[in-house]
Amino acid sequence: MSYSDKVVDHYENPRNVGSFQKDEKNVGTGLVGAPACGDVMKLQIKVSAEGIIEDAKFKTFGCGSAIASSSLVTEWIKGKTLDEAAEIKNSQIACELALPPVKIHCSVLAEDAIKAAIADYRKNQNQ
Amino acid sequence: MNSGKRPIYLDYQATTPCDPRVVEKMLPWFTEKFGNPHSRNHLFGWEAEEGVELGRERVARLIGADPKEVIFTSGATESNNLAIKGVAQFYKDKRDHIVTVTTEHKCVLDTCRHLEQEGFRITYLPVKTNGLVDLAELDAAITDKTVVVSVMGVNNEIGVIQPLAEIGALCRKKGAFFHTDCAQAVGKIPLDVNAMNIDLMSISGHKIYGPKGIGALYVRRRPRIRLIPMINGGGQERGMRSGTLPVPLCVGLGEACAIAAKEMGAEAERLRGLRDRLLTGLQSKLSEVYLNGDLESRIPGNLNLSFAFVEGEGLMMGVKDLAVSSGSACTSASLEPSYVLRALGVEVEMAHTSLRLGLGRFTTEAEIDYAIDHIVAAVNHLRDLSPLWEMHQQGVDIKSIQWAEH
Repeated sequence: MSYSDKVVDHYENPRNVGSFQKDEKNVGTGLVGAPACGDVMKLQIKVSAEGIIEDAKFKTFGCGSAIASSSLVTEWIKGKTLDEAAEIKNSQIACELALPPVKIHCSVLAEDAIKAAIADYRKNQNQ
Repeated sequence: MNSGKRPIYLDYQATTPCDPRVVEKMLPWFTEKFGNPHSRNHLFGWEAEEGVELGRERVARLIGADPKEVIFTSGATESNNLAIKGVAQFYKDKRDHIVTVTTEHKCVLDTCRHLEQEGFRITYLPVKTNGLVDLAELDAAITDKTVVVSVMGVNNEIGVIQPLAEIGALCRKKGAFFHTDCAQAVGKIPLDVNAMNIDLMSISGHKIYGPKGIGALYVRRRPRIRLIPMINGGGQERGMRSGTLPVPLCVGLGEACAIAAKEMGAEAERLRGLRDRLLTGLQSKLSEVYLNGDLESRIPGNLNLSFAFVEGEGLMMGVKDLAVSSGSACTSASLEPSYVLRALGVEVEMAHTSLRLGLGRFTTEAEIDYAIDHIVAAVNHLRDLSPLWEMHQQGVDIKSIQWAEH
């Protein structure tokens, strides 16, 4: 199977790789997928007092499409409000990266990762 | 990087290039000596028949058989189908049970599934964690209703060699026929149908530096094994496989067998050196690299390795200068990794992280050294990206996490 140029670019030059301290109050961590399924994504957001995502980091275990999907969303969510970020749909990710049908689940996982990170951030705020 | 060039071929269990010596021997049989080997009336037919029979003799010699016991087919898939369906259907009034193994090639397993629908009973034997059949379990599985036991010589994914002589002796003692899919074994390890009590053996051309589109089936004559043909027609190949023989391919398969017979020992020695260099190189530069399948009872041209915390398909993308194959089948809708690795008891997580590296006749030491560096760089890159590697480094047990399976 051949990958799109954008997938290859994100795979070879992944954006925003890394981790924030999990227990910082303004950090939200989403960990989705499962090793047994061959995909695990960790997406972290750092949120400003105004509710803007000012930084994002990811780490992904998975195929090239999974790595590219998560790398791409870290770029997309930076500068967005939480509500705006939560509106990102897997179909937009799949379209941007030209993912074939068998790789759609990678974009679904990336969408789930954003939602999970936001939910984790909100949970931290309410504690 | 190796950019612009073709990748280094390390997928010799998928197929092998045709040896130039084989191609050279085949060429006259396309143009000059093009006759139909079944034409009895003129020189063209006679010489074509001679070519076919020389090929047959060389195939037979490599496995210690009589040429009359070798029939040509289109490849090992057809041979496996013909052997298993053919004997099962011929003897079905007396025996209706077949024994095979869970790590067999898909074409054996699928043939068995097909026969199951026709009313045959199939026992799928598990393997030990090293990939080998447990002889006591095999012994217990064979009954007086067992018509055939089908166990492959060498596994296509993990390269392990099954104890063919022991299995053959067991089958002979119990009165069941012994079929072995030797697509990956012929020309790689010494085989002798008589010493090993093999009744039916499937052979492939393109796994042994011969042409694609041809294979053979060894069918024992003493005691005689009967089978019902799948292809009916002019009664060629002693009625077991009708159709005009592809003379250039028969000649090519014969030449490939003759070369293998002559060079097998030295080639195995050379490949063992390269294989050890590759394995040692990777394991000395990377931690958490695990070999799947037995190392001792294994052909020298195969390594199947799990690179923990790195997903196999992602890794294949990273080693794009190498043509290799992955045990992860993430492209399939099922997301199921290799059933062979699963049968060994390799956990799903680890099965997703595996690569199959196949070495062969044209692999060089420089290629192996390049492959080591390239794989090490890709694994390190992906581990830097891997949340599982990060957890492992922090001492988190990945099994302790509640994963949401998707």
